[in-house]
Amino acid sequence: MASSSRAQGIAGTLAVLVGLILIWEAAVLFFAPPPILLPAPSAILAELWSSPRYFLRHAGFTLWTTLAGFGLSVVLGVALAVAMVASRWADRVITTILVVMNSLPKVALAPLFVIWMGTGAEPKIAIAVMLAIFSIVADVALGLRSVDPDALALARVHRATAWRILWKVRFPNALPALFVGMKVAISFALVGAIVGEFVGGSAGLGHVILIAQGQFDTVRVFAALFVLGVIGTLLFYLVEATERLALPWHVSQRNQHGVLAR
Amino acid sequence: MGLCIEVRDGGKTYASARGPVTALAHVGLEVREGEFLSLLGPSGCGKSTLLRAIAGLDPLTAGTITLRGAPITRPPERMGMVFQRDVLLDWRSIRDNVLLAAELQGLPRHAHEARAMALLERFGLGDFADRHPWELSGGMRQRAAICRALLCEPDILLMDEPFGALDAMTRDDLNLELSRIQQDGGRTVVFVTHSIAEAVYLSDRVAVMSTGPGRVVEVFDINLPRPRPLALRETPEFAVHVAAIRGLFSRLGIVKD
Ligand SMILES: Nc1ncnc2c1ncn2[C@@H]1O[C@H](COP(=O)(O)OP(=O)(O)OP(=O)(O)O)[C@@H](O)[C@H]1O
Ligand SMILES: [Mg+2]
Repeated sequence: MASSSRAQGIAGTLAVLVGLILIWEAAVLFFAPPPILLPAPSAILAELWSSPRYFLRHAGFTLWTTLAGFGLSVVLGVALAVAMVASRWADRVITTILVVMNSLPKVALAPLFVIWMGTGAEPKIAIAVMLAIFSIVADVALGLRSVDPDALALARVHRATAWRILWKVRFPNALPALFVGMKVAISFALVGAIVGEFVGGSAGLGHVILIAQGQFDTVRVFAALFVLGVIGTLLFYLVEATERLALPWHVSQRNQHGVLAR
Repeated sequence: MGLCIEVRDGGKTYASARGPVTALAHVGLEVREGEFLSLLGPSGCGKSTLLRAIAGLDPLTAGTITLRGAPITRPPERMGMVFQRDVLLDWRSIRDNVLLAAELQGLPRHAHEARAMALLERFGLGDFADRHPWELSGGMRQRAAICRALLCEPDILLMDEPFGALDAMTRDDLNLELSRIQQDGGRTVVFVTHSIAEAVYLSDRVAVMSTGPGRVVEVFDINLPRPRPLALRETPEFAVHVAAIRGLFSRLGIVKD
């Protein structure tokens, strides 16, 4: 039952997307704008089709730096959130650093990272982490803190150590929040990776866009953007699918649709 | 019977945003080894506060609480607690929720699995061991919470209005089961309730508390024979105890005749 309604949802979404693309195609046919301004979807697909290896190679690089940045954000973010919950002092220090970091424009910082780390994958991963980690830390810290006080009393009655409370009560309690943070972080990690590629290096979809733009190759820019959109969407739904597998017990998974209608 | 828990001149003042709140003042209470004692009183008289202090969760701000002569400064060993809400963890099956009591203490799970299942069977939850809390009714959930409290064979069981949120029929059911458990003997129970009938039915003694500030006013001996069938509540002997306690409440101005 649930899986058939999910299949319906996917089919509906695809139908809407295909419809929009067809409208775009028709509009380009009808108004015939110069291809350098707006190419037709069919031209973009043809571009992808003509050099699949090229796009795959660069998409692969972007995917790897994105996933590395995302993975590091999750690991580091959870560790920082635990430290924040464990100590008031750590909470102050980490919150301040994160807020300062978050208010600096990453685009302006990117060149520094290139100076420090070179033009390989490292600066891209670093920028992805800078963008993605904030939502992980904020959401996980909230999840670790908002534990039912009675559950903590129960743990104390059973003489549980702080680590055991963290592992058995706080951490599972924070998992739904972790997934909320991860859904935001995965998109930010992708943006971070692209920002890094814009500034330096010779690989990745960001690099493809930069080069194609320099040559006024609008079709190629759109082709790269298309691949980027597909990667971002797939990554998001991958996180969501993982969430469904990991949290069958959570209310948000049990009663998800039509809630507002009831 | 020896003395298990003793509260002497206990007081508790909460510091709140609107100044200090005195929840308890000059509380004296003795809980004997192996007895079932109820704390009975109106809302806000400090029953939970007293119970949490006995549990070693929130210390008193005046007076002393001792367990077999030693001051209670943190939750003692071999103590179980049941709260008004069942506090089951949604991500654990019922079996795993019961086993949580052992896991939190760092005791090996496998050593307790058999007992967990036996307890669940006894409370009619055998077929629900692998279900999750949200798949159970309120009464079943509270039964699971009692199983969790009993898992590590506590010799002191503290219960804070465990049946307060249940309907009358489920409540009767659980009262009967609780009084059966008490028959196994060897366990000291401190039970918080609003209900005079429930207190009389379950207890060896009932400590009546009053507000303004919270204190123990009088302790009633309930010398009704055990085992106690539910029908005991319709007997004249039972009514005598209920009337005595109600009389005290009306003298205190807590209930009107
Ligand atoms: N954390 C707190 N901060 C301030 N005041 C509190 C706090 N906890 C309890 N109180 C006050 O202490 C008094 C006793 O509260 P307590 O919860 O012990 O009552 P109770 O007898 O358990 O009531 P009920 O039957 O409604 O559960 C109340 O006046 C309450 O407002
Ligand atoms: Mg209470």
